[in-house]
Amino acid sequence: MAGKTKLYYFDGRGKMESIRWLLAAAGVEFEEEFLETREQYEKLLQGGSLLFQQVPLVEIDGMKMVQTRAILSYIAAKYNLYGKDLKERALIDMYVGGTEDLMGFILFFPFLSAEDKEKQRAVIVQKATSRYFPVYEKVLKDHGQDFLVGNNFSWADVHLLEAILMVEEKKSDVLSGFPQLQAFKARISSIPTIKKFLEPGSQRKPVPDDKYVETVRRVLRMYYDIKAN
Amino acid sequence: MSGKPRLTYFNGRGRMEPVRWLLAAAGVEFEEIFLETKEQYEKLIKDGVLMFQQVPLVEMDGMKMVQTRAILSYIAGKYNLYGKDLKERALIDMYVEGITDLMQMILMFPFSPPEAKEKNLDSIKERATNRYFPVFEKVLKQHGQDFLVGNKFSWADVQLIEAILAVEEKIPAVLSGFPQLQAFKIRMSNMPTIKKFLQPGSPRKPPPDERYIETVLKIFKK
Repeated sequence: MAGKTKLYYFDGRGKMESIRWLLAAAGVEFEEEFLETREQYEKLLQGGSLLFQQVPLVEIDGMKMVQTRAILSYIAAKYNLYGKDLKERALIDMYVGGTEDLMGFILFFPFLSAEDKEKQRAVIVQKATSRYFPVYEKVLKDHGQDFLVGNNFSWADVHLLEAILMVEEKKSDVLSGFPQLQAFKARISSIPTIKKFLEPGSQRKPVPDDKYVETVRRVLRMYYDIKAN
Repeated sequence: MSGKPRLTYFNGRGRMEPVRWLLAAAGVEFEEIFLETKEQYEKLIKDGVLMFQQVPLVEMDGMKMVQTRAILSYIAGKYNLYGKDLKERALIDMYVEGITDLMQMILMFPFSPPEAKEKNLDSIKERATNRYFPVFEKVLKQHGQDFLVGNKFSWADVQLIEAILAVEEKIPAVLSGFPQLQAFKIRMSNMPTIKKFLQPGSPRKPPPDERYIETVLKIFKK
């Protein structure tokens, strides 16, 4: 029974957001079940749906998939967003690894104290502008193509756009030294599926707030005392 | 230039060890360059070979590969250790990612402060015995096959044997409730390429010691 793709997570970004982006970019419709109570989570656990007792969980093509990377790789391959051969795939994996590390600095940002948030904001901007953005700026400059890998739209492009927008939420002019990335952002944002995802009413989730943090803590009974890294 | 893959990392396990395991399991010989000084590391950065200024770095097939997962996925794909189709690949990815989460705890352990070590060791034991090992015990029990996925040796099996041995180094009796994993451990250890890797003199690195920790901290010190 193939059925519709269904996502189980909190009503917020977290680790599921990259999956929402990729499905949307691929033009794939999906349903969502939002975890709001501890009981819901325990029911999922008891039902045996969560291989390692964790969400994200994505039901797709008869599988109950967990582990964000596994889910993203499957979707990318299925919808031809993973390059044309092993070497393009390797490049995409490398680029996605970088943007994942960058977004990793933002993932737990909402859980930090107000003071740590300010410190972390500076770390995010510093990493983005000195370690990550220069790499993608150079890639685009060197080959002069519209997309990061193989002159073809891929998972790497979706992930980079997501990362750019997330960092801009922390510092709106962060792309000021990166003309290639500015053009990239405009180009990828106007791809029809992505444009649709960026419009109000889509399944894209807003910047996480205190309510989101409360929900995660209540449901998982974790993440009460997060320090900046 | 020999054509063999060339690994650049510290002379120790860290994030490179799964790469050594996978290449060895695939029967692929490789060379290693060991980072010993800050100057070596800074030269690598200056030369532009580290895409995100980080190691591991694996030079193979004309690529300068970074990001451990990218490297491992490439090797698995190239040497047919990644299943026969998308769904088997998905299973392998899920298993590998879970094991990697467990290995991450072991990776960070030597760098935790002395007062946190006992607590961290308890966490490793708890996660191994309650979250990760039961999954693979069940998988093996249910299909009764020798390998985790598709009745064929894959990256998932290599990652699991590595993890089992790493946890056993910290908690020797950890497999006592897991008969399937005990049998799996023996089976995998007897596969010719893995057997060779487990013998003295192989590129396998010993558990991290004080010298290793010192070297890493020195090189990354600001």
